[in-house]
Amino acid sequence: MHSVPYLSLITFLPILGMIIVLALPKTQGRAIKSLTLLITGIQVIIAIILLINYDYSLGGIFEQSSFQFVEKWRWIDIDGFSWLGKIKVDYFLGIDGISTPLLLLTAIVTFIATLSSWNINKSIKGYFALFLLLDTGMMGVFVALDFFLFYIFWELMLLPMYFLIGVWGGPRREYAAIKFFLYTLLGSVFILIVMIGLYFSTQETLADGTRVFTFNILAMMDTNNFTPNGILSPLNPNNLRFIAYIALFAGFAIKIPMFPFHTWLPDAHVEAPTPISVILAGVLLKMGTYGILRISYPVFPEITKQLIWYIALFGMINIIYGALCAMAQRDFKKMIAYSSVSHMGYVLLGMASMNTLGISGAVLQMFNHGTITAMLFLIVGVLYDRTHTRDMDAFGGIAVQMPVYTGVVTVAFFAAIGLPSLSGFISEAFVFLGAFAVDLIRVLTVISISGILLGAAYMLWALQRVYLGKLNEKWASLKDLTFREYAMFIPLALIIIFLGVYPSPMLDLMNSSVNSMVKFMADAQVIYSSFGGF
Amino acid sequence: MTESSLINIAVTILFLPILGFIVTLLLGKKVKKIYYFENIILFFSLAGAGILAYTKLSLFHDTAITAEFTWINLGNTPLLGEIKINLGIMIDNIAALMILVVMLVSFLVHIFSIEYMRGDPRYNRYFAYLGLFTFSMAGIVLTHNILMMYMFWELVGVSSYLLIGFWFEKKSAADAGKKAFIVNRIGDVGMFIGILMLFTTYHTFTFDEIFAQISNGVLPFNSGFWMTVTGLLIFAGAIGKSAQFPLHVWLPDAMEGPTPVSALIHAATMVAAGVYLVIRVFGIMTSDALVVIATIGALSAFIPATIALTQNDIKKVLAYSTISQLGYMIMALGVGAFQFAFFHLITHAFFKAGLFLGSGSVITSMHHEQDIRQMGGLRKKMPITYYTMLIYSLAISGIPLTSGFLSKDGILAGSYAFGLLTGNSFFAIVGFFVALLTAFYMFRLMILTFHGEPRNKEKYEHAKESKLVMTLPLAVLAILSIFIWYTPNPFNPEQGWLLSKGINTHEQYIPDNTRFDFLTPAKEPVIQNEESASVMYSESYEEAIQESHIPTMLLSLLMAGLGILIAFVFYQWKKINVDKLVDRFNPLYKFSLNKWYFDELYDATAVKGTIGLSSFLGKFDSKIIDGIVNGVATFTRGFSSFIGKFDNIVIDGIVNFTAYLSGFIGLIFRRFQTGKVQTYLVFVLISVVILLFIFNSF
Repeated sequence: MHSVPYLSLITFLPILGMIIVLALPKTQGRAIKSLTLLITGIQVIIAIILLINYDYSLGGIFEQSSFQFVEKWRWIDIDGFSWLGKIKVDYFLGIDGISTPLLLLTAIVTFIATLSSWNINKSIKGYFALFLLLDTGMMGVFVALDFFLFYIFWELMLLPMYFLIGVWGGPRREYAAIKFFLYTLLGSVFILIVMIGLYFSTQETLADGTRVFTFNILAMMDTNNFTPNGILSPLNPNNLRFIAYIALFAGFAIKIPMFPFHTWLPDAHVEAPTPISVILAGVLLKMGTYGILRISYPVFPEITKQLIWYIALFGMINIIYGALCAMAQRDFKKMIAYSSVSHMGYVLLGMASMNTLGISGAVLQMFNHGTITAMLFLIVGVLYDRTHTRDMDAFGGIAVQMPVYTGVVTVAFFAAIGLPSLSGFISEAFVFLGAFAVDLIRVLTVISISGILLGAAYMLWALQRVYLGKLNEKWASLKDLTFREYAMFIPLALIIIFLGVYPSPMLDLMNSSVNSMVKFMADAQVIYSSFGGF
Repeated sequence: MTESSLINIAVTILFLPILGFIVTLLLGKKVKKIYYFENIILFFSLAGAGILAYTKLSLFHDTAITAEFTWINLGNTPLLGEIKINLGIMIDNIAALMILVVMLVSFLVHIFSIEYMRGDPRYNRYFAYLGLFTFSMAGIVLTHNILMMYMFWELVGVSSYLLIGFWFEKKSAADAGKKAFIVNRIGDVGMFIGILMLFTTYHTFTFDEIFAQISNGVLPFNSGFWMTVTGLLIFAGAIGKSAQFPLHVWLPDAMEGPTPVSALIHAATMVAAGVYLVIRVFGIMTSDALVVIATIGALSAFIPATIALTQNDIKKVLAYSTISQLGYMIMALGVGAFQFAFFHLITHAFFKAGLFLGSGSVITSMHHEQDIRQMGGLRKKMPITYYTMLIYSLAISGIPLTSGFLSKDGILAGSYAFGLLTGNSFFAIVGFFVALLTAFYMFRLMILTFHGEPRNKEKYEHAKESKLVMTLPLAVLAILSIFIWYTPNPFNPEQGWLLSKGINTHEQYIPDNTRFDFLTPAKEPVIQNEESASVMYSESYEEAIQESHIPTMLLSLLMAGLGILIAFVFYQWKKINVDKLVDRFNPLYKFSLNKWYFDELYDATAVKGTIGLSSFLGKFDSKIIDGIVNGVATFTRGFSSFIGKFDNIVIDGIVNFTAYLSGFIGLIFRRFQTGKVQTYLVFVLISVVILLFIFNSF
């Protein structure tokens, strides 16, 4: 295999950066920013190296041998600890077609967010140190294959995020930060409980033949590894797998955010500084759906299959409810925040289909939404930097004053609307094609399609209120995009157009894994049906 | 010339305009004259389209030429089987003719716009958008599958949005663009669901493959009913794009765009895309679906015609007239007069584009006056505009020697024949009546604009004929509105090359073996006689059209003549006082003038309803859903402060009490600590005795 530990490198490089940032004197603001840009730039390069060396034929999902760039060694090893037995936790990293697109997305979005952080002037050192810590957390979540490690990275993001919103945010930042923190912490508690339950239900056979409890996510997908009496073991007739599934799902659903757990999102976004909004919507939300795909689905396939109607239902509610709420907003940033709720609904709907089209669509939608929504939040940020307001009714006619910027806005807005030739269309179409093929959720799918109408309505309405019409004299001195802002928008716009015209590279990247996932889920019925259960 | 070189030409004319768009848009600010680039590109596209159409019709007359490539290949998937999405190009006779029409009108509009848009601050951007539109429209025409059609369909919607709202500083223009896009999206949602139905059933988007499977009896959910539904869902897209009832409301508002845009997009090409779509997917339309389509077409022909009678804005009259003519085409498709629908599409593209460009010429010379009540007498000032527009008006009214006469007559004959065979004469009646209305409102427009005395002296004085770059396209379009281009016999188009070589009948586009009983009446045996057990409906339908040719022609001429006559009586000779008539039928007049109150109706229901629901949900979200979250937080805080108090008072109270108690006990027992050894000994002794006593009792 590869001798270079690329995954550790991409994950822990920011920690190294953080240490250097902390060592630099406070006055070296420019050096700190450049260093962060360098670190995130290297991450993009590593992500591209990973892509180049990626083997498209390997599926991943449930077997370690088909994961790539795997790094696995014993991390925690405690022997003979009374009834607990041996505690062995692996440092286990690896990527497949589900995580690679998101790893790439994280690298890109973080890089762009660094550019967007250039005009942060309040305690630069603290900001970038936390920013880099957050970066490690995000990368770690997408590469970890050990639940314990996954959980540590998951929690690792929380704290920097809390401070980044709470210190560098808008007027109500403390409220928003604490709300974000507590809400996601609640989700984490659910995840933690299920993680411990799974740990005591799964045993792995070591090389010397002894069986030990394990946090290995892949081991949790194999029914041979379950203990007969484990509380979450399908072999145990009185298992609590159903309740555990709901708890785990709720834990991830808060992050997506899924209705009705979404209200932390608008507040967090409105108060967060622009780059943090970009990361929040661009990367963090995907962790919820990624967690469901990586853990909930293959660890609990039999329960997932019973609940697909409900997953689709919540997807539909997210799409329509989010769109209607977005339409009601006057605050530009809040509108975009609610549009994220709506767009993440497509991911849920696609996942509920459990077929290749739908799940490809869902993963692609995660990537596409990441790039599109990053652009949308940057767009709001550009305007807010210049005008210090986000009230859409206070604008009007910005297109006259900032034509290039408005051109960028048009691309991003139409991508969000799902215009063919821009990336959002492909993923939405795939989600709908996949979900429509499933009898059980066909009606929900048809209702969800009205989301593309509502999406057009609120987006174009916003476009009109802010950019079209007569120029509001108050803004007659606004300047068009600067060089740094071009550098933020152009890569994103190019990705959006490229994947809209030619989505195959991304689809090919995920295809083996998606097929492997679909097959695993379809076969699971046979294995699990013998256990009865719910 | 080989088939592959035809494909190369098609690909070139498809992608040239997008090149024009990108270059003109990116360099628009730096290079003042970059719009020439777009114009030159369009010239090459037009030349290519000419070669393509000529070669296709003369050398490859009987075969459809296709080329495709795999765009997305998911391979063999576990649940859905092989998934492969091919994009590609199909050039059949209809596509070849259509691409020529699109490029020709687009080129003429480009030329016209050079003068019309002069001095606009976003001059180059305008031409860039025209390039984007031409690209998208060419994509619709040349595609061989429904997915690609949908993709270009949406792109056309965007270019329409950008061009309607080109003068976005005007609120009405920005509003109109938004309305056009959203109303179109309503139809597109239906179309998209239809596409999902097709893909789920046939696992392909390609037209030919879908038709082939239909002919093998594969139907959505194995039922003819769902085939009908699928067809109508696809048709919903056409309702939106071709501005058919009940989604016609966006087109009149779209007149906020620059007039050449109205000519190109909202008269000649884009709005005809709906008709083109139905022609492309004709093979999936069942007889039930076709009846619905014909009904929608008839209503769309009739309602806007009644509205056009009273409008005073020159462009609005033409806009309603466009909806009405598109309604004709849709109705023709519904009754099975397939070839005449497409024929009318072509002739209408030329004379309606001409009418709009003519009105643009009038509007410029009247200094952006669009109200025909302010005009009058312009004939002398603008002779070229007048005479060309007269030809277009004669064509749209269906007067012999014009192109419109030929195609409209075909449509009327088709609906007449449909009546003969099915006993349903609704479509024929509507068709003839609308012919009367059309002739009337067109000549009302002509007389009020060009005849009589000028009603606004000042504006009249400044009016003058437009420059050559504007009148030249008018002349070209007028020449194209003469019969000779389509058939040597001005009274029978059947002998002309267009119908005999270009379009033919639907047989050519639908595989023979799709003749299922649920399918179009065009494929049902209706006449049983001795010689042949079953004469196909389509054959008897062709015969019926031949039979109804003469009566139809006479009746339609009568109607058109009557309409023109009434217009002259009312407005030229003023034999009847129109104002009195208006007073007499005031409610009807108001109803027509206010466009049947469709906008008000939709505004009060759909628009207000959605906005109401959204603001309700917005409040619900912040008050109830978030209220619960905050409530939980408040409750937790309250509970914790209660616990805090409890801790402080009760728990800590107990602790303190314990301490107090021990203190108290200590106080008592302190007394025993006398410090004298004797006393302690006595206590020990007593204790031992008591303990012994206790242990003994067990």
